[in-house]
Amino acid sequence: MAKSKVQSLKSKVHGPRPVPDAPPYGPIATGLSDDDFKHGKVCTTRWTHDAKYAWDRGVAIGKYLAGLKRGKILAVTCGSCNRTMVPPRAFCEWCFKPIDGWTEIKDTGVINTFSLCYVTWDVKRITEPLIPAVIEIDGASKGMGIMHLLGEVDPKQVKRGMKVKAVWKPAEEREGAITDILYWKPV
Amino acid sequence: MSERIAVVGIGATQFRTITPDVSYKELMFDAAVRAYADAGINPRTEVDTFVTCAEDYIEGTSIFDEYVPDQLGAALRQMHTITGDGLHGIATAVMQLRTGRFGTAVVEAHSKASNMLTPDGIAACAQDPVTVRPLCLNSNFIAGLEMNRFCAENGITRDQCSAVAVKNRSNALVNPIAGQAAGLSLDDFKYAKPVSLPLTDLDIAQPVDGAIVIVLATESKAKELRGKPVWLTGAGWCNGSPNLETRDWSAPEYVTKAAKMAYGQAGVTDPRHYFDFAEVDDTYTYKELQHLVALGLASPCDVGLNTEQGKTARNGKRPVNVSGGALGMGYMYEASGLARFYCAVQQLRGEAGAMQLPKAKTAIVQAWRGVPTASTAVITLAA
Amino acid sequence: MGNRVAIVGVGMTKFVRRALETGKELSWLASKMALDSCGMTMNQIDSVVMGTAPDTFDGVHMKGEYLSDGAGGFGKPYMRGFVGGGTGVFSVAQGWYHVASGMFDTCLVVCEEKMSTFQPHAQAAFVTIFDHIIERPLKPNLLWIFALEMNRYMTTYGLRKEDIARVAVKNKTNALYHPCAQIAAPVTVEDVLNSEVLAWPVQRLDVSPVSDGAVAVILANESVARRVTDKPVWVEGCGWALDTAYWTNRDLCYPRYVEEAARMAYKMAGVTDPRHQIHVAEPYDPFDYKELHHMEGLMLCGRGEAPQLTADGVTARDGELPVCPSGGLLGVGNPIAAAGLMKIAELFWQLRGEAGKRQIARKAKRGVAQAWGDLMQVGTVVVLGV
Repeated sequence: MAKSKVQSLKSKVHGPRPVPDAPPYGPIATGLSDDDFKHGKVCTTRWTHDAKYAWDRGVAIGKYLAGLKRGKILAVTCGSCNRTMVPPRAFCEWCFKPIDGWTEIKDTGVINTFSLCYVTWDVKRITEPLIPAVIEIDGASKGMGIMHLLGEVDPKQVKRGMKVKAVWKPAEEREGAITDILYWKPV
Repeated sequence: MSERIAVVGIGATQFRTITPDVSYKELMFDAAVRAYADAGINPRTEVDTFVTCAEDYIEGTSIFDEYVPDQLGAALRQMHTITGDGLHGIATAVMQLRTGRFGTAVVEAHSKASNMLTPDGIAACAQDPVTVRPLCLNSNFIAGLEMNRFCAENGITRDQCSAVAVKNRSNALVNPIAGQAAGLSLDDFKYAKPVSLPLTDLDIAQPVDGAIVIVLATESKAKELRGKPVWLTGAGWCNGSPNLETRDWSAPEYVTKAAKMAYGQAGVTDPRHYFDFAEVDDTYTYKELQHLVALGLASPCDVGLNTEQGKTARNGKRPVNVSGGALGMGYMYEASGLARFYCAVQQLRGEAGAMQLPKAKTAIVQAWRGVPTASTAVITLAA
Repeated sequence: MGNRVAIVGVGMTKFVRRALETGKELSWLASKMALDSCGMTMNQIDSVVMGTAPDTFDGVHMKGEYLSDGAGGFGKPYMRGFVGGGTGVFSVAQGWYHVASGMFDTCLVVCEEKMSTFQPHAQAAFVTIFDHIIERPLKPNLLWIFALEMNRYMTTYGLRKEDIARVAVKNKTNALYHPCAQIAAPVTVEDVLNSEVLAWPVQRLDVSPVSDGAVAVILANESVARRVTDKPVWVEGCGWALDTAYWTNRDLCYPRYVEEAARMAYKMAGVTDPRHQIHVAEPYDPFDYKELHHMEGLMLCGRGEAPQLTADGVTARDGELPVCPSGGLLGVGNPIAAAGLMKIAELFWQLRGEAGKRQIARKAKRGVAQAWGDLMQVGTVVVLGV
């Protein structure tokens, strides 16, 4: 789990710069170069977390995921503010009361905004971009979107306002997760 | 100083070892609805400021404060998070109310401890990354070190520590929300498993899930509300040394300092005779004894004996942890202090049911943030 | 109604990609500098507030407790507030209510971040800010939400990349005079437009860097402030607001939460016409479009108008409304919580007329600093004045 790696400090660290003509006077903090760091010229201690979690899905998200497993997108409704909300929640955050019911909405929607992302979550460069988007789902109240990915589309062709449809995993492979929808493609 | 501060609403869920039926949001919503109903207020229009107490590593989510406003009715409102015990949250709300800019404040803390699959691995991340973690010790070793020193220095016996667990877990038998109630006897400690001796498994409060929400208000605002206010007379908090190498292992001076701050505000000069009951941190059995001494509620020479002789029992002269404390209600991480606070308010209102003490006009509630910290908060209350 | 609170001293470390110093040491350096700047000692500090963003960067659970002795919290009432990226400016609001409550005469506010600890890249730590059930399985990068918001902002108002790139140019150039700056550079709009595309429309030079650093300020009530300094800088107003976590249900083209926070702060400060009553602004600029977005949220201009002000040079250091004269996060660096407090520090120097080469041309009696964070959700605002 824990590995301690200690080496001697060989290189000269970069000391404070001369006092300049603007505050703060005497900028302290010693910057290390990539070289100092990567080649072990400073002492470092390494540690890999043993932090694992299993989060309870709860009532609202539990039912949402069960719906995804059946190939359906479920939303909740609030009678007070007349909203149909997705992702579902057990309570309406604006009216602060329990939701009034559940309803099935469509698996089509409109792109609210998107990005062409050339780095992975852990900052590896990729040449074919991932296309995350906020998709306003048909049947939910205006502006009610979820975050998901686009696929089967030329990145140059993606536009705000484009109609898209969910591409589902084969029914037998679905597990009740947001990834039961593989991605969304243009209609 | 400015207006007095009142507790005008309290709400809590049941404390249970697992809560697979609800998400943390739904758990918080449950406590919040109860607290707002108790106070008779609408959070969307009648609460001026919200505070949640949470730590990222315990939740398993970075910047956890993102996910707290909706279920408290705080969306697009004045809401922020602190990393501290729920009692630090109360202290925060007190400061905000005393600025004169706010009339009502809500404090929330919760535990979804059951969602941590590796609680010991997570706890280890709180150790100093350079000087302590490479030793690969279970964090309870810190309590073992302290227990050994504290008991040796003050002549506290094994049985006196055990008596704390016996008392608190049996107190919890009549607390309907408690999650770790048990009818133990001193004999059970013969079979306790060693953890970091002298600390055994029975000395350690076991985790539960649950949420607590408290509504505070200034005096003028409290008078507009229908309930009977409980007054918050003092709030103190303090940090000791985070370094294991330099701390005082026998006496937590930071607790004494925090108490002094709270007593100063409340006008308490003789704490030992001032409070009708105390709810102090008992994350580990010896901690209750250590904290009673540090708070000036007992002397080192008689604190153990008092417990053994039942003076801190529910029917004793100076009841301590009538709620069951963390040992009896369950350990709730950042919500541990707030759970005790909730029960103390019930007592002061005379609404504690089977737990009710005959005389409950003044109370002291204290929290400690667990190993490896030296961080405490103290709140004094009066009916 | 409460006590007046002033900033009397400021300290700041250099912002660097990787500091030799630990988080505790950075906190100590900034705190000591702040104390020295106004001739105070730790004995005169009644309470301490620590601001630091996610624990994952340092890899330390209960990071506030770990940093407490470095920040001067030993034996003192010590509190760590936490609103993600908004923490730096919020910490001053937190320090304000410590002192304004009448419970303390002084409060040391320290913000520290050491993002270099997380390996191999701090950005990967951000996957854990997303919803654990419905977002994290999609393996999101932090850049996504900025790119989604930036795209929404651009398309809503029909903006081009060069309209936004001017902010990066201005701030990175402003930072040339900041001795603590990490990535000051005389870049051009072309440089920004030609830089590597990370997550369209976000490019390399649209983004602030990963940094280590610390900043500290000392707050005091009026009687202490008058004794300690001839030039107290008053905390005239504070505000904060947290919007719903359901960020995909919000219109990302406008930061309502910043407006809410600004309204609270302006009300406290008696500001009714921010465009004319605010003389210098330090809005949060981790990405170049964010400065524009936040100027609109702060009501320093109408919606969609900030790019034009920038193009017209109004927001330049010698402009009518200087914005981010420090160089901002884009130029000075972005050790998250410390970057927010750096903005407060800059206003302190600007309002006292002590900013040296960075001093703005116009006379300034009131400034606003703002930070932002969480899932594009929290606004924190502080109005300072002399």
